[in-house]
Amino acid sequence: MAITEEKLGEILEVYPEKVRVNRRRHIVLKEPDTNAAQQIEANTRTLPGIITNRGCAFAGCKGVVVGPIKDMVHIVHGPVGCAFYTWGARRNKARAGEDGKNYVNYCFSTDMQESDIVFGGEKKLAKLIDETVEIFHPNAISIAATCPVGLIGDDISAVARAAEERHGIQVLAFQCEGYKGVSQSAGHHIANNLLMDKVIGNTEVEKCDEPYAVNLLGEYNIGGDGWEVERILKDIGYHVVCVMTGDGSYEDLRLAHTADLNLVQCHRSINYIAEMLEIKYGTPWLKVNFVGIKSTCDSLRAMAAYFGDKDLMQKTEDVIARETARIQPVIDQYRKVCEGKTAFCFVGGSRGHHYQGLFAEIGVETVLAGYEFAHRDDYEGREVIPSIKKDADSKNIPDLHVEADTKRFKIKIDPERLAKLREKFPFDEYKGMIVDMKEGTIIVDDLNHFETEEFIRLLHPDIVSSGIKDKYVIQKMGIPSKQLHSYDYSGPYAGFNGAVNFARDISMSFATPTWNYIVPPWKNQPLLNATINGDELNA
Amino acid sequence: MLDYTPKEMIERHSGGMINPAKTCQPVGAMYAALGIHGCLPHSHGSQGCCSFHRMHLTRHFRDPIMASTSSFTEGASVFGGGANLKTAIKNVFTIYNPDVIAIHTTCLSETIGDDIPTAIRQSEIPEGKVVFHANTPSYQGSHITGFSNMTNAMVTYFAEASVPQKENFANIIPGFVNPADMREIKRLTEAMGISSILFPDTSGVVDSPMTGKFEMYPAGGTTIPQLKKTGDAKITLSLGRFASQMAAENLEKKCNVPFASLKTPIGIKATDDFLMALRGAFATEIPESLEYERGQLVDVMTDTHFHFYGKKVAVFGDPDVVTAMTEFCLSLGMQPVHVLTGTPGGALGSGLGGFEQEIQGMLDEAGVSGNVKAAGDLFTLHQWIKNEPVDLLIGNTYGKYIARAEDIPFVRFGFPILDRAVHPYMPVVGYRGALRLVEQISDALLDRRDRDAADEDVELVL
Repeated sequence: MAITEEKLGEILEVYPEKVRVNRRRHIVLKEPDTNAAQQIEANTRTLPGIITNRGCAFAGCKGVVVGPIKDMVHIVHGPVGCAFYTWGARRNKARAGEDGKNYVNYCFSTDMQESDIVFGGEKKLAKLIDETVEIFHPNAISIAATCPVGLIGDDISAVARAAEERHGIQVLAFQCEGYKGVSQSAGHHIANNLLMDKVIGNTEVEKCDEPYAVNLLGEYNIGGDGWEVERILKDIGYHVVCVMTGDGSYEDLRLAHTADLNLVQCHRSINYIAEMLEIKYGTPWLKVNFVGIKSTCDSLRAMAAYFGDKDLMQKTEDVIARETARIQPVIDQYRKVCEGKTAFCFVGGSRGHHYQGLFAEIGVETVLAGYEFAHRDDYEGREVIPSIKKDADSKNIPDLHVEADTKRFKIKIDPERLAKLREKFPFDEYKGMIVDMKEGTIIVDDLNHFETEEFIRLLHPDIVSSGIKDKYVIQKMGIPSKQLHSYDYSGPYAGFNGAVNFARDISMSFATPTWNYIVPPWKNQPLLNATINGDELNA
Repeated sequence: MLDYTPKEMIERHSGGMINPAKTCQPVGAMYAALGIHGCLPHSHGSQGCCSFHRMHLTRHFRDPIMASTSSFTEGASVFGGGANLKTAIKNVFTIYNPDVIAIHTTCLSETIGDDIPTAIRQSEIPEGKVVFHANTPSYQGSHITGFSNMTNAMVTYFAEASVPQKENFANIIPGFVNPADMREIKRLTEAMGISSILFPDTSGVVDSPMTGKFEMYPAGGTTIPQLKKTGDAKITLSLGRFASQMAAENLEKKCNVPFASLKTPIGIKATDDFLMALRGAFATEIPESLEYERGQLVDVMTDTHFHFYGKKVAVFGDPDVVTAMTEFCLSLGMQPVHVLTGTPGGALGSGLGGFEQEIQGMLDEAGVSGNVKAAGDLFTLHQWIKNEPVDLLIGNTYGKYIARAEDIPFVRFGFPILDRAVHPYMPVVGYRGALRLVEQISDALLDRRDRDAADEDVELVL
């Protein structure tokens, strides 16, 4: 059932007027295809008390972008909670590289106490850095600020500089206090700025000796996604210089300037670095999507077209043919279970879009989708970027301006050829989620608990894909719920093998017999069912 | 796994934590607030805290954990969050209609010094609805402190001494335990024929059934009239000093209800003490049914003693449950050679002193020499284990890294358990809870024996 403006009005009727006006701007009912994307409001402050799914800038910086870098020690400067909740909570898998360094199972906190709030925590932070270097010998260290750090005025950048001098390794100070911006998104930006400014290119290495060198940007290796993508890329003949940042290493990150092409999986979290790499080093970026079979194949073909090598193109087609022949029959089996069903797809800042294609490939139509913290360009496409105004809540997140590196900037591809490729493939562009959605579907930004319940009541989806905070709310209603942040501890879901895993897991969530037991037999069978003296008794 | 933890003990002077054995106050306050019927916990801070706390509780209980937040922005963080809180209160009552909003704070709102009572007074609160608060600065204590602060706030805001003579019922503050434990504590009290008010009480809230319908405010939780009535009780039993004693003391001061401070009733001795305290306060005999349960427990402890007698064990987690668990291990003839909590002991008032002394006293009495530490972390625990290996590790999910690194049998116990299901439905308190713990401990040790035995040594009967 398609939702109407009137129906939407009824749902929002409950809200106090200010909330109603605000929330209406964050909801779009997809109209018939037009050339101009419909406008949505996004990346604005969360309404207090609305029961949002959003997190904070610290989570976006340390939890998402910086934390997965495996050969660094990440110190959280703050009371213990922020470190504790980002300890193993996101499934950014990592295994040690050649130097054997991998600290992802550790959790470091300055564990600020009241005296640190009163007298400042800089000394404690410096001492913890010293201890950490002595015990762990990491390749670099990050410091992540939490809410009180900014308020009490601890100068973590100064602490980092002094520690760099003492220890001769880089110490990066991320000023990602939780209250900055309006969501995780601010943290992505803060992380991007510092990694670009201090780490990428911080090496003597000028070029990559391997052919077809690419970086995989905005891929956090949740449940092994990045490894599956790397498997495919290596099979075709690509060389992956660095992954930002799932199973990523500080050492590889420094070499990112040497790649010939940047692949952007999660646009929201890493588009800043993608843009800056192009300005500074001349490396174009391609919006890829390795979730779903068609998207994966499209992405691989675009890459091959970029390098323009016949052998590479042939190898690409060979791998695509081999992999699809292998997995399609399996997917088809699962599709039988899933065919004709509908889904909500509400996830952070990229998967709300990425998974719709994979859902469609197993026969599930997405009827509602949205993001917690994406910006208008993720919904409407990058062409709206010039028209996005920064509001009061986000204007304190600094933009980093880079210029062409006089020594290292080089044209990686003939501009005319790139322009031609752009007609067919998303080089340096992302068209956003809305354009791919069907007429009559609904797009919601910063979906809250109330709206989740109401839209479920209205649209009766067969499955809701979201996060852990929603999962059991939805299941209690008797509706399957699939976590698309943690994959319910499964995965990978990316690439060809990922598509099979996803199809298996989704069909399992429909097929499990447990749904049949929700209503007890005494709720739908008569209490007495017998004959007395030949008369049927039914009470 | 944890390859960078060296065996050689390292003096660490920074005061920082590596692999903490605690988390911060507000998650404990959120959990306590869920133990009030019709209550929506509210986190007054930036929204990341609230999401993290809901996430963690959801993963432990595998049930919906609802809470709202003030969603601070940078402006509110500099100029104060009063306006955010007032907006939140209005929105929450209009949209989500709880009976009660229980506000807790974070390091953000505590550092800027937001005045919560004033903001509450200036808020639009519908007739018959209640808003109350607890200050829960994350830079003091741990999640247990947060639970304690919120429970204490229930007394401060609601408890009233309404009659001249105390009435014939008990208040029971169960501490930071699972809903199944709260059910079991109520069952034991009912079996004694004693009326009680248990607060907070999350049974029926975070262990709710699947009915095909989501209930935002499930059937469980202590009601506000019950919280008011706590002032008329004959006695308060505070189970677990760190989580419960502050509220019990407050209730004594405010309403003249005497209290008994007891261990969390985990294991045979602490359960005996709990029943004896009830017996003493109400002059009621222990019913045959409970004596029978106790006898069954002793029977099993005796039957299986050779599975665990003399085994070395490391226990970590929250102070109240670790104290009781250590006592139980000793009563099984095990040797708790490493005992650690992340919660600081002794810094927060007279009643909370001496986790280390209490554990050390128990070990001394049993002739066991071991390492004991409050405000410790799992890096330290791991180093201890490398220096003096153990046969068994007991603690929350985060212990699995150590268990794997050192190949130690592992019993999951306490909060949080994120990687196994069912545990919130099964009590560890009382005689039946103790029976379950014996089973878990035996199973872990015997599974290991079966795994490690040579083919010719595999026993059919154990």
